Parts: sequence; structure tokens; C-alpha cells
Amino acid sequence: MQTRLRESSPDAVAGATVAVSGLAHSFGELEVIDEIDLEVAPGEVVAIVGPSGCGKTTLLELIAGLRPPEEGTISVAGGTEPTGRLDRCAYMPQRDLLLPWLSAVDNAGLALRLAGTSRGDARGRAGAHFERLGLAGFEGTRPDQLSGGMRQRVAFLRTLMAGRPVLLLDEPFASLDAITRAEMQTWLAGVLGPDRHTVLLVTHDVEEALYLADRVLVLSSRPARVADRIDIESPRAADRAAAVTSPEFAGLKERALRSLMEGRR
Amino acid sequence: MKRAGMYLAPVAVILILLGAWELAARWDLISNALNIEDFLVPAPSDIATSLWRDRSLLADDSWVTLREVLLGFLCALAAGLVFAVVLHLSDTLRRAFYPLLVASQTIPPVAIAPILIVWFGFGLGPKVLLIALVCFFPVTVNTLDGLRSVDPQLVTMMRTLGANRRQILTRVELPSALPFFFSGTKIAIAVAVIGAVFAEWAGAGSGLGHQILIASSSLLTARMFAAITLLSMMAIVLFALVALIERRVVTWDNRGVTRT
Repeated sequence: MQTRLRESSPDAVAGATVAVSGLAHSFGELEVIDEIDLEVAPGEVVAIVGPSGCGKTTLLELIAGLRPPEEGTISVAGGTEPTGRLDRCAYMPQRDLLLPWLSAVDNAGLALRLAGTSRGDARGRAGAHFERLGLAGFEGTRPDQLSGGMRQRVAFLRTLMAGRPVLLLDEPFASLDAITRAEMQTWLAGVLGPDRHTVLLVTHDVEEALYLADRVLVLSSRPARVADRIDIESPRAADRAAAVTSPEFAGLKERALRSLMEGRR
Repeated sequence: MKRAGMYLAPVAVILILLGAWELAARWDLISNALNIEDFLVPAPSDIATSLWRDRSLLADDSWVTLREVLLGFLCALAAGLVFAVVLHLSDTLRRAFYPLLVASQTIPPVAIAPILIVWFGFGLGPKVLLIALVCFFPVTVNTLDGLRSVDPQLVTMMRTLGANRRQILTRVELPSALPFFFSGTKIAIAVAVIGAVFAEWAGAGSGLGHQILIASSSLLTARMFAAITLLSMMAIVLFALVALIERRVVTWDNRGVTRT
């Protein structure tokens, strides 16, 4: 379990800070983000929960540099311009968006191929992680032959193989059934534990946020602002079932849900 | 057994129609009804006899037409693909040329065939050009539609993985446009044969279309039908070939990558 998943150079970790201040954004008349300040320390997992349609995805897209914000500044690992941020973030969208004509291993190694790595090299480097991700034996399988959970893991590996200092995960497990989602959360906790990735995780699942993150930001409904910040004492416990049914967890969950309700306007 | 059953119904329909035609021609039912000489209505067996008796003549003509069709079709594929990519990459060029592209399709090939003969003579050139013209539209429009229907989220995903414009085109847009390209190609190969007939009618010394003209002016109706049969078979075989290549190339389910 000690194989390192990170593909980036070690110094990328030290500078992998996300800082957002005074961020506001709207689409024409529609105000999506009111004012958001947030900071993610190197190696920290920060989860953002909010009601559906509150602008969570927009927030990630702004941070990733996919669109320029109207107001405020965003810095990712020292990159402040949108193109600079795009180079420093690996963004995993809600849908797995695997390419149906590529095998699992070729999908996972897509970023390496784009960077000019040979096909054989990319397959070797991406394939080296298949065992640990529970994908061993499925290297040559096309996405339509994989289960939803496996597709999501291939998509996660594809994001990881981009070798960027910051991971942006946009509701990565939203499309999965409850049991698979719980399995995937345990699995992700295991992956994030030893490797200390800097992660910004967006979800509408309070339990997922409280279980996986070091810190949870609760957003209000649109236009979004931070309604609450919750620090988690011991995140990503190995025994997920025990962790999420503990009294402390229940207390945090109640607080988060209350903040969500109060954040509705 | 199931596969055989699939073909049973269409084969039965064709056999019944041929049988009815044979009897109607043998008993002069059609020629009497149309009030024409009975030798003008050949029975399927007469056509088969002509196919065999005139085989060397028809084989030469088939080869000429097949060459025109393949050359024109391949030119249209190459030009259509390039044109579709260029129009896809430039909004300005697409807006400028798309109406022209549609307008070009409203001109009947029968009308331009004589002009092409006048300009380029009786050789292979004007035939290939006319066939390419009728094939160009379905290939270009379908491929362009395919390129434009790629899920924008896929393009965003590629950008976040560091893809440049060329890589997005070659690794996402072109593969996902392939099924569309093949749809256009199948239409193109079917109309290519029709285009060849028009081109040969406008002026040619050989070819199946030319043979139809010659045979009809000599009232050799059985030979005329034999040439029509060969043209139709040529189109069917070429269509089946393209469909076979499509099945070999497009081995994935494309629903995940297009918008609808």
C-alpha cells in the first residue's frame, strides 16, 4: 500500500496551496457566487458542500482556470492567471467522460500521451497503478465493459496521472449507487491517506464531505457564500461504517445540515 | 437458423416478384396492357440470358463504371473530410461556406453533367468530377455534424489534461465523428452509382450507363435491364463493403461522447 500514486515532482507538494479571496461571479443577470474566501493548505483535503445548483461546479471551474472570474483573486500553487492554474490543477468532472474507443489503461494514461509520452511508456506508467486501484486484469477493457465504480476509478487515475499538484474533484461519486459510493469513499480515503494530495472536493453529500475531508466548507444556496466551516479531527478513518455512525460524526452532520438549511434563501 | 430466417422474408418477396414478372412477360400481359410489341418487355429469364450472352461486353462496361465510381467517391471522401475539418475549426469559414454547400446540393447532377462534358471533354475526368460532386455533400455535412456534436464537457476534460487544439481534434473530435462520417459515406456510395449514370449519359463511349443508352436506342431491352441489374448490384456490394469497414472501425458505443 505504500506505492506512491503521485506522478508530480516532490517540490510540487510544498507549493500546492489554493488561495481564493473575494471571489464573485455571475452569468449575465444570474449571480452565482456572492463572495467566497477559501484556503487549502498543502496536503489538505477540503470539501465543499452546498445545495444543488448553488455554483459548486462553477467555483471549481473558476479555480481550475477554465473561465476567468469577474471579481476576486485565485492562486493555485503560485499560478494566478487562468492558463497558469489550468497547468497546476487536475480536474475530475462529475461524469467519468472516458473515451469509449480507448482501453482502460489508455484512458488512464491520456494525460501522459498528450504530453508526448510514447504509447508503451504511458501504458506502463498508468498500468502500474491498476493493481492498487482494484483494476488489475482490466487494462485492455473498454469503458463500456466496466462497472460504474471501475469507470470512476479509471477516471480518477486519469486525473492523477496528469501529475498536477492540486486535485479538483467535482462530485466524483454522485452517479454511483449508495453501496458503491460508500466503497469508493473508503477507497479514496485509503488513496488520499498516505499520499497527502492537496484536494478540493465538491459534493452535495454531507456524509461524504465529513468523512473524506480535513475541513468542510458549507455553501449557501445561490449566490453562494461560505455559510459554515467545520474542522474534522480525524478524517478518513479506516473503518468507514464505524466512523460515520459515531456520535461525534452525527453531531457534525447535524451542524452541517443545519448550516445548509440556514443557508437557504 | 435464426440468421437464415432473417433473410427468408426478403428473399421470398424478391422471388415472388420475379416469378410474377416472369409469368406476366411470358403471357404478354404487360405488353398487351401497354399496347406495345411483346419483345420490348423482357422476362427475368431473358435478362439472365443477356447477362450471360453479353458478359464480356458488360464486364468491360462494368469495369469502366466501377473505376469512375471509386475514383469519384474517394476524391469526395478526401475533399469532404478536409472541408468538414476546416469548416469545423473556423466559425467564420463555416458561416461563409455552409449556405453555399447546401445550395450546391440543389443543383441537379443531370443539369451540370452536360456542362462538365463541354468543359472537360469525354474522358474520365468529368465523370469522376460529377460523381465527386454528388458524393461530397453527404460526406461533408455528416462529418461536420459529427465534429460539432461532441460533448463540450469532453473538450473541457481534454483541456484540463493539457490538450492543445490539434490534440482535441485528433483524439476526441475526429474519433467521435467517425460514425457520422460513415453515415455520410454510405449515402455517398449509393448516390455515386447514380451520378456515374448521369455522367455517362451526358457523353461517354463506354460504361454501364452508356450501355443502357445504346441498348435502349437499339430496343435491346433485355440488355438494358442487364446493365441496370449490374449497376444496382454494384451499388449494393459497395454499400455492403463500406458497412463492413464501418463495423470493423467503429467498435464502440458512441452515445457517451455526443450531446444528444
